[in-house]
Amino acid sequence: ATFDIKKCDLHKLEEGPPLQAVLTREEGLQYYRTMQTIRRMELKADQLYKQKIIRGFCHLYDGQEACAVGIETGINLSDHLITAYRAHGYTLTRGGTVREIMAELTGRRGGIAKGKGGSMHMYTKHFYGGNGIVGAQGQIFETYNMASLWKLPCIFICENNKYGMGTSVERAAASTDYYKRGDFIPGLRLDGMDVLCVREATKFAAEHCRSGKGPILMELQTYRYHGHSMSDPGVSYRTREEIQEVRSKSDPISMLKDRMLSNNMASVEELKEIDVEVRKEIEDAAQFATTDPEPPLDDLCNHIFYNDPPMEVRGTNPWTKLKSVS
Amino acid sequence: MFLRHAVWYYHAFLYSILRYHVTVRDALNQALDEELERDERVFLLGEEVAQYDGAYKVSRGLWKKYGDKRIIDTPITEMGFAGIAVGAAMAGLRPICEFMTFNFSMQAIDQVINSAAKTYYMSAGLQPVPIVFRGPNGASAGVAAQHSQCFAAWYGHCPGLKVVSPWSAEDAKGLLKSAIRDDNPVVFLENELMYGVPFEMSEEAQSKDFLLPIGKAKIERQGNHVTLVSHSRMVSLCLDAAAVLAKEGIECEVINMRTIRPLDAEAIETSVMKTNHLITVEGGWPQFGVGAEILARIMEGPAFNFLDAPAVRVTGVDIPMPYAKILEDNSIPQIKDIIFSVKKTLNV
Repeated sequence: ATFDIKKCDLHKLEEGPPLQAVLTREEGLQYYRTMQTIRRMELKADQLYKQKIIRGFCHLYDGQEACAVGIETGINLSDHLITAYRAHGYTLTRGGTVREIMAELTGRRGGIAKGKGGSMHMYTKHFYGGNGIVGAQGQIFETYNMASLWKLPCIFICENNKYGMGTSVERAAASTDYYKRGDFIPGLRLDGMDVLCVREATKFAAEHCRSGKGPILMELQTYRYHGHSMSDPGVSYRTREEIQEVRSKSDPISMLKDRMLSNNMASVEELKEIDVEVRKEIEDAAQFATTDPEPPLDDLCNHIFYNDPPMEVRGTNPWTKLKSVS
Repeated sequence: MFLRHAVWYYHAFLYSILRYHVTVRDALNQALDEELERDERVFLLGEEVAQYDGAYKVSRGLWKKYGDKRIIDTPITEMGFAGIAVGAAMAGLRPICEFMTFNFSMQAIDQVINSAAKTYYMSAGLQPVPIVFRGPNGASAGVAAQHSQCFAAWYGHCPGLKVVSPWSAEDAKGLLKSAIRDDNPVVFLENELMYGVPFEMSEEAQSKDFLLPIGKAKIERQGNHVTLVSHSRMVSLCLDAAAVLAKEGIECEVINMRTIRPLDAEAIETSVMKTNHLITVEGGWPQFGVGAEILARIMEGPAFNFLDAPAVRVTGVDIPMPYAKILEDNSIPQIKDIIFSVKKTLNV
């Protein structure tokens, strides 16, 4: 079926992505399944964190599913993607399995980084993490400059969820029109809660880059239901009403579901069945993640260097020498 | 009967006053509060320090008390706000620049070293930079490789900086107050795992003018057989190890460095000349670390001839910090590592 999607705000662009998107039944079901998987996976992670089975930092993605899913449908797996610490959704869309992701969160040997990386440091082929340290402004402008100068085929994506940890964007940015901040780089601002909007915009942006026009910016207006991380209740700087309103009016999964149902692209039962399957997949993964053994101690010092001969690593005292292989 | 109860209550009351316990977090909060009150040029800036009450709640209540002009929330831009803080210090204010963790300070390290540390020298005494950079340093629990690094050695390497690493609540309060009153750039390395730990705070330490000198170590425990030198959270482990070893008749002297730079080599030398054995204990990596510096100084100084065995270092394992609990636990010194090293050094 064909759906009308919201017009994007444009910066330094004559035309934007199309105002209509075609969605096939297969595509719809696939997007629904993936978004629901991310949603359930993040909620499961919340549960496991509260049970102290997941430790450290855990930045959850629920609410932002349309971004990761929409972006991936607009590019190929052979393209390269990097993100910050709120990475679980992308790890999945980039080819990770729920099992591997959850086992990484619980720090087990079956984790996508063998338990050594944790929540913020997940990688797959052509997915460069998962990064804990983010420089928010200076470095971006340096990158904008070089990308533009050398016409690098790079899409800069800002998932604007309205808050930088506990600080609202109004308190942190002199201009909250992030899509314009690339200055000489063209930009789009779009509804990040609508997976079709995100897909069309990503396709448009990818085409822009692939045709040699240089970099482009995308600002996705989205929302995170959880706080910044599991140690942030998320209600000291925003109201519960605000969160509830987004949930009831703009939830990405509900939006897709409503569209498909009202256009007879799927039945209530079908979608329910997907829900059940997803739930089972998450349960299985959680089961694996909680029963898989922790990494073996002799993996402690491995993976320091690539393609290097085995070496010795100093332990906590001079009499302890540990083995390290590439 | 009544009299006995009265006496009991009186003693309980005395006990609670005389043995006043304060967490490291609250001690830091007190220090900040007192110094903000004392000198209107002092102000705090950093991420989430104001309206969020501090990412680790160290600055709780301060924004409410002092307002927007003294407690400033910054955007997530370390290089930017560290630079702004240094400029403010040069122009006559006394900023306290908080890094949410010192791992993030790497984004701003050029400002700390090139703009803050070196300026007084480069200007031949014309331009001081009275700034404090503070925040949690070193390993926490499960925060993985990019959030667990110890920066004591990196900052301790640079002339022009003072580098402080408190352990107890008294250390935290007295040293932070001194750091704020110091006219030079001070890197103040706190520890997230110590924030919630309560310590007895003496009467003296409760005073608003309680200061501890930067550059002086403290002997936390006297002993004759071996000197354990440590800083920050590892001091706790040294004391725990010492308690275990005492049962076997081995008496450890535990030195709390308090300051990384300038290093109180004299305190360490005096102790080594008494015990004849030295072990340094730190959470950071071994190569070019705090322990490496201490051992070099001992080699070069008067205490060398008093050593009956080579001085050794107990350190974190030479790898990025892994996430999985079993790996993380084995990446930093444990009490058993200290005990093992003491026994090896003493040849028992």
